[in-house]
Amino acid sequence: MMAPERMQSYREMAKKVRAHCLRMTHRGKSGHVGSMLSMADLLAVLYLGILRVNPKQPRWPDRDRFVLSKGHGGAAVYAVLAETGFFPKEWLDTYYLDNGKLSGHISHHVPGVEFSTGSLGHGLPVAVGMALAARQAGKKHRVFCLLSDGDCNEGSTWEAIAFAAQHHFDNLTVIVDYNRVQALGKMEDVIEMEPFARKLEDFRWAVQEIDGHDYVQIETALNHLPFVPGKPSWLLARTTKGKGVSWMENTVACHYGAVNDEQLAKALKELEVEQ
Amino acid sequence: MRKVFNTELLSIAQRDPRIFMILADIGYGEIEPFAQAFPDRYFNCGVAEQAMTGIACGVAMEGNIAITYSIANFPTLRCLEQIRNDVCYHNANVKIVIIGGGMAYGPLGISHHSTEDLAIMRALPNLVVVAPCDFAEARAAVHAMIAHEGPVYYRCGYKKEPAVHDGPIDFRFGKALTVRDGRDATIIFTGTIGYNCKLAAEQLAADGVQCRLISLHTVKPIDKDAILHAAKETGAIVTVEEHNAMGGMGGAVAEVLMDAGGLGVRTRRLALPDVNVCKVGSQDWLREQYGLGVPHIVKAVKELLAG
Repeated sequence: MMAPERMQSYREMAKKVRAHCLRMTHRGKSGHVGSMLSMADLLAVLYLGILRVNPKQPRWPDRDRFVLSKGHGGAAVYAVLAETGFFPKEWLDTYYLDNGKLSGHISHHVPGVEFSTGSLGHGLPVAVGMALAARQAGKKHRVFCLLSDGDCNEGSTWEAIAFAAQHHFDNLTVIVDYNRVQALGKMEDVIEMEPFARKLEDFRWAVQEIDGHDYVQIETALNHLPFVPGKPSWLLARTTKGKGVSWMENTVACHYGAVNDEQLAKALKELEVEQ
Repeated sequence: MRKVFNTELLSIAQRDPRIFMILADIGYGEIEPFAQAFPDRYFNCGVAEQAMTGIACGVAMEGNIAITYSIANFPTLRCLEQIRNDVCYHNANVKIVIIGGGMAYGPLGISHHSTEDLAIMRALPNLVVVAPCDFAEARAAVHAMIAHEGPVYYRCGYKKEPAVHDGPIDFRFGKALTVRDGRDATIIFTGTIGYNCKLAAEQLAADGVQCRLISLHTVKPIDKDAILHAAKETGAIVTVEEHNAMGGMGGAVAEVLMDAGGLGVRTRRLALPDVNVCKVGSQDWLREQYGLGVPHIVKAVKELLAG
């Protein structure tokens, strides 16, 4: 059984991350908040329960590598890094602003960020290279890469998928924030990936499909890596875009739209965050 | 020249365990010794240049030196965004090596030519852009590339390029080499077209025109001093490159002169016209066809001096 306190800490962290993302995108009048809310639970479990990282030593050589390929959701990672002590929380107030510390897409100039992305399809090849180097050097750290649905449209992602399987990189785990809503439409109307799990199995990855908002399922899956020795692991985490804010959930509009003053107050109230 | 490159790289890799080759299914007959000597540092990504570049970047981010290697524009244009966002933005220690710079793969056609690379690569921050002219420069450039911390674009030749330098050279990135000295005019070249420039300079000397001949092997960072000295001391500069006239080495030299106020120097650029090369033939023949033959260079210098 999962310790109730740990479950509670995930819930609290995810709530803080969601609140930060709403405030940051509101202040910056910037987009992608739906993508951030979608992966908040995954990030909470990763940073509190799974990743071996050290906020006092962000470049600790034996750290697990976490590459966010969906760089447009970077504010959610900034939020979890600030909450876990990688940099002062005040930096979050400067997101997207002139002379700000934090850019709209994730940047390696920020402590705790492994790699900068923003254009989709870049994260996985780089993560594969990191897994290659770790294995060649006999290192025990692991490499994680978080992808979006849009990432899985990119040919470069599939090139890397094929290569990672060919070389049996079982130190590599992909997590897909599978919310099924892209920039211009829902996946079934853009590029349908189903049967998604079977595609990856055919590409010789070990696949698990879970509810990406269920802390027990997320933690259990990520505590049993690799899923199959000798294969890279693919965690298809079914999520809801805009999760936690009723009028955003499962909408295409929340990919770009930020909240106004009134909506911010309403959204924070729905999340049960003190204002 | 590609054999020189591979032989030299292999010898350095014997001593430097950080060196990885990350390929995209190109290099038959050349890369096998490396693959056999270092099977755990040799990876073929298949025909997948974007993954090759991204994976190389990931390998380099972990403290290694990753070399990507392919024909002409394959490891640059297909994966340009990976070079820009992954390699250059992170200042990753990736060395992008092309075989067959310019029109070296002549009759194979435009898909196998690299004639926009200098313009595009030199626009990327952090990237050193180097184009050796002969075996001596090629050999030295491999050492300089490995010694340099950060990304390098290495525009290699192909097979049997003749020597441009007669004796030993002191090769350093960003420091142009004077092949022969002269006071009447300066010919600045980059890459293997240098041999035509050398023949042209010899012919001009026989006609009484003493040219300074400069190998600008490093297009970026550019050797401003060499250009400004040539401008002041010879008063006339002709640039020669096997590259589209847009934005290449000649453009880079013009930028240096413009930033210096022009200096009243007479100038002329010899480069490929801004057209798709569609004639079929060897590199030498194509050079003649598109205005980069020895007579073209001789004529350009004479016309410039005639004013």
